[in-house]
Amino acid sequence: MSVRHAMLALLTEGPKYGLRLREEFEARTGEVWPLNVGQVYATLRRLERDGLVESDGTGDEGAQKGFRITAEGEQELARWLRTPPDLSSPPRDELVMKVLVALRVPGTDVPAMIQMHRRYLVELMQQWTRIKEYDARGDLNMLLAVDAELFRLDSVVRWLDAAEARVNRAAADGTIAWADQASPGNQTRTPLPRQRREARRWR
Amino acid sequence: MSMLELRAVSRSYGQGSAEVHALREVSLTADEGAMVAVMGPSGSGKSTLLAIAGTLEDPTTGEVLIDGKPVRNESRGAKARLRRRVVGYVFQDFNLLPGLTAAENVSLPLELDGVSGRKARIAALKALDRLGLAERASHYPDQMSGGERQRVAIARAMVGERRLLLADEPSGALDSVNGEAVMRLVHEACKNAGMAAVVVTHDAQLASWADRVMFLRDGRVIDQTVPAAGPESLLTQDRNQ
Repeated sequence: MSVRHAMLALLTEGPKYGLRLREEFEARTGEVWPLNVGQVYATLRRLERDGLVESDGTGDEGAQKGFRITAEGEQELARWLRTPPDLSSPPRDELVMKVLVALRVPGTDVPAMIQMHRRYLVELMQQWTRIKEYDARGDLNMLLAVDAELFRLDSVVRWLDAAEARVNRAAADGTIAWADQASPGNQTRTPLPRQRREARRWR
Repeated sequence: MSMLELRAVSRSYGQGSAEVHALREVSLTADEGAMVAVMGPSGSGKSTLLAIAGTLEDPTTGEVLIDGKPVRNESRGAKARLRRRVVGYVFQDFNLLPGLTAAENVSLPLELDGVSGRKARIAALKALDRLGLAERASHYPDQMSGGERQRVAIARAMVGERRLLLADEPSGALDSVNGEAVMRLVHEACKNAGMAAVVVTHDAQLASWADRVMFLRDGRVIDQTVPAAGPESLLTQDRNQ
């Protein structure tokens, strides 16, 4: 989320004070990404330094300092809107790392661990869905922002589903092993002989 | 008050080495006004669970109670009456009769139960109106979109005095926006009309409409969500920094 470009977009509607920019940013993003005042003024300072906005120069960084977008700022905003975000290299995802590492840790019940993460994600999704239920009727900004978060979490749940299926298949083939697939909850188990051998190899 | 209770329900098919355990000691409660989702991959026992909950199948062991009453010893006729009067079903493929209008599809279960044609039609129109389909009452299923057809199916599942709604992948044939509309309607049927609903799905986004999500694997309930903090907790992080 580029706060910098969101500020430029808000200023295309006319000059605004810092405090108002913060309020409008939160309203336009369905209040999904809360912003603190410090972030707003730091961003505006950098935009002014780069010649993308100019201030009326009155007062300090208080609520009464007004900002307007410059011609360079409008060009930068137009360029940014048309530039696809960089999704070319996969992010270093913590959950992916955990599952990959768990396969190597003796005694880890990998399907149980996957289920623990899945439950947490679905609980989060339930919370986001409650926002749609109570607050988002007719508010397009909120619906779009909440949808984005739900689709993101959903993709992680789907990855966990696929990961569990692959891990179970590998276990059935004898490629990997752990103590007991059938009872989630117990994370630490006595390592199987294969896992002890694996553990020695990795020391 | 529990509308549906499954107590340690198991279901197996076949015998000896060919025996398959579709459900193993599954316990589940759906209170009035509550929506429960059961999530699991294909073959995890979701549809068997729903068939048993709706008295379409008997469990091998365990007990099913609907509206507080055990159904095990009820006659076939009594179970059929229960299905017509208390339980509403929603399926992935809508299962509407193609030669009947939306209103006729919705009034059918009431008429089968002996309600007069006029009264059944009034109840059907009321149910369709509640789901925003009043103007589609005289349309046939093939004249409606997938989303509209599923809303007719929900109206049929809610018509009359039904209090338990059982749905099997009700959004499976719909796009995400129409799927969400269907889940919203099921959710509202629980919150506004006091129904209890059990929805089985493999889709986390749809399951997240439920008050409680149970996870089924190989016929067992292995986990369930706990009631979460209010959604406002997601919106207040860092606000006061």
